[in-house]
This record gives sequence, structure tokens and C-alpha cells, in this order.
Amino acid sequence: MIRSVITATGAGLPERIVKNEELFAMLGVDDAWIYKRSGIHERRIAVDENTSGLAIRAAEDTLKKAGKTAEEIDMILTSTCTPDYQTPNLANQVQKGIGAKNAVCLSISAACSGFIFAMSVADKYIKTGTVKNVLLVSAEILSKATDWSDKGTCILFGDGAAAVLLERRDTDKGGILSEELGSRGDKAEVLTHGYFPAASAFNDTPPMEAKDNYIFMDGLEVFSFATKRLTASIKAVAEKEGIALDDIKYIVPHQANSRIIDFVAKKLEQPIEKFYLNLERFGNTSSASIPIALNEMNEKGLLSAGDRIMLSGFGGGLAWGTMLIEWV
Amino acid sequence: MAFETIQDIIANRTDIDRDDITSDTDLRKDLGVDSLDLFQIMTDVEDEFGIDIDSPGDLRTVQDLVDLAEA
Repeated sequence: MIRSVITATGAGLPERIVKNEELFAMLGVDDAWIYKRSGIHERRIAVDENTSGLAIRAAEDTLKKAGKTAEEIDMILTSTCTPDYQTPNLANQVQKGIGAKNAVCLSISAACSGFIFAMSVADKYIKTGTVKNVLLVSAEILSKATDWSDKGTCILFGDGAAAVLLERRDTDKGGILSEELGSRGDKAEVLTHGYFPAASAFNDTPPMEAKDNYIFMDGLEVFSFATKRLTASIKAVAEKEGIALDDIKYIVPHQANSRIIDFVAKKLEQPIEKFYLNLERFGNTSSASIPIALNEMNEKGLLSAGDRIMLSGFGGGLAWGTMLIEWV
Repeated sequence: MAFETIQDIIANRTDIDRDDITSDTDLRKDLGVDSLDLFQIMTDVEDEFGIDIDSPGDLRTVQDLVDLAEA
């Protein structure tokens, strides 16, 4: 059976750490206030490189760990909602940065669910025999999309990138086992960022204000969607695969807010320890949050062959995606 | 009946006295809670009345919650 298997992980993280204490002078809220609302103590902030810089570092780290050269990569797939440019897409920039001259490049925009959607696309390219491997990089700089005067949102986000190498294997063990993805376009306006109006020399559209480009979130709608979808999607994938949640070693959710994860853990009647969380140190890094967590788990030696891991993303779109993988 | 139950739910999740909660109480302006606390209130109402609130962003007042609970 042809399967897509994660054979290496890597990350590219900004060195600058911004602790909640540092935000006090700017926002007038302390560590306790921020932590109670989010579960976040600190986040990484990119100060001297853009999204592509983080993405290239994540790609290089992954290739090094995989023992592969850039020329061996068939496809570079990126996910981001905070790219350097609208065009070229981020994947082309990664191609240039690492010298992967034989790769075809594509970038996917699915906000915080981006990593899962990109994994799903990569899986199809591999299973159809189109490519033998995919270097999948999720990279975000949310700090450039954030209104730093709005304490309701700016405390939540951070920057970072991480990558996985997916390879084609003829095996009956490991790799991507099952998925469930979905979208609620009717809720598109409850979480937005980066609006570009039709404005040209031929219409009267007034110039856009800078604030129009910042992240806007209707918290109540987003929390309601996130908790319900995360719970239902994880259950759906387990049922599809015919396994109990107790058979899953880890659930790696999009690291949005600890209160969402706490709520879902209770609804699923699973111990919170089963959910791998690092948002306390990274904040919400949108599509990069799941691979950053996965790479951290891998580096810590937490993952063993045969472990079943549920990855679940949710966010802007609105969109969600859950994927069951088996570690090799 | 639904109103009294919702009064209890809100009083339990906030610092507001039960008797100060009226049908006109604005969920966002008058309760002094953030959106996650409001979400908890909404979830309590969903569980209590066995309903699914698909568009919580449209809710404005306590009466809106009562109307959904009694629908």
C-alpha cells in the first residue's frame, strides 16, 4: 500500500522572545491577565527577517535531519496567511533559498488549518505517483498582521516556521491514515486579515486604512466554532479509522488558546496531558503551530514507531482539518 | 422559566447579582466578561436546554438567549 510518511521534521524560529511582562508598558495588562485569557506567557517575534527567512531555515533544518539534498526534493508545498508577497508565493522563495531546482512549488492559504490542508494535498500528490516526496513548510509572521494597540488580540499571536518531509513508502504501517476536512464560508467574516479592496484609477474607493489589514476576530463566534469543530472532527476521524480515542498517544491541536483546548479535552473525556501544548512559549502561530509542536515532540524523543497521533487545525475561513498519522 | 434558568447561569459565570440580570441586559456591554466567558455562558445554555447555537455572534441581549431556549 502506498503511504505518505513523515521522515523528518525541522523548525525555523525567531530568536527574539517577548514575554508578557514586556507587553505591560505597551498595553497595561500583566502576565496574570494575559495568561488567564490565553495560556500564553511568551511568544517569538521576528525582528530582522520576513516569513520566507523563517521558512527557509525550517526547510534547511528538515533537509539536514533527513540527510537529503535540496536537489532531491520533488515538491515544495507551503502554507501561510502572512507571506512576504502575494506573488511570488512562499514556496518559490523557499526553492530559491535552499536551491531545490527540481521541485515544483505551490503555496496554500487556509489560515490556521493550513498545515493540515497542505498535508492533505501533499498526500494526494504522493499517492497518485505525481511526486516521490514533498517538503511541506508552514511559516507565519503574525506580528506583522497584528494591531499592537489592541490588547484583545495582539497578546495571542507569535511568529515561527516548521516543516516536515513527506515521502512515498510502499508499506502497511505508518504515515497518513485518515483525515476529515471542512469549510464554513458562510462564517468567513468572523475572522479576517488583509483585505484588499478593488481600487484603481477608475473607481472612487477611498484609500484603505492600515487597520483594515490587521487581524479581526469575533471571539465568541470563533471560540464556539473552534470547540465544536475540534471535538466533532477528532471524533469523526477516530470513528472513520475504527479506533478509540484511548488508542491515540497524542492529540496535537492548533495552538490557539488553552481555554479552547481545556474545553475540548473535557468534551472528549480525554486527559489534558494527551494534548501536546506549547502555546505557553509560542502563542498562536497560525498554520505553523502544529508542525512547530510536532518538531518539538520529535526533538524531545516523545514519538515512537507505531504511535498514533491526531493533528487538528481550525481557524479562519472558517475551516478545519483533522488528520490521524502513525509515526514510523 | 427559561429566563430564570438563564439568570442563574449568568450569575454563576459572572460577578453580577442574579436580580440585576434583566431581559434587556446586553451580553457584551453589561456583563463585564470577555468573549470566552460569554462562550461558557452560551455553552451552559446549550447544555441546559439541549440546543445548538450556530450563530452566537448574533446574540445581543439575555432575551435573545431566552428566545433560542424557548424555540
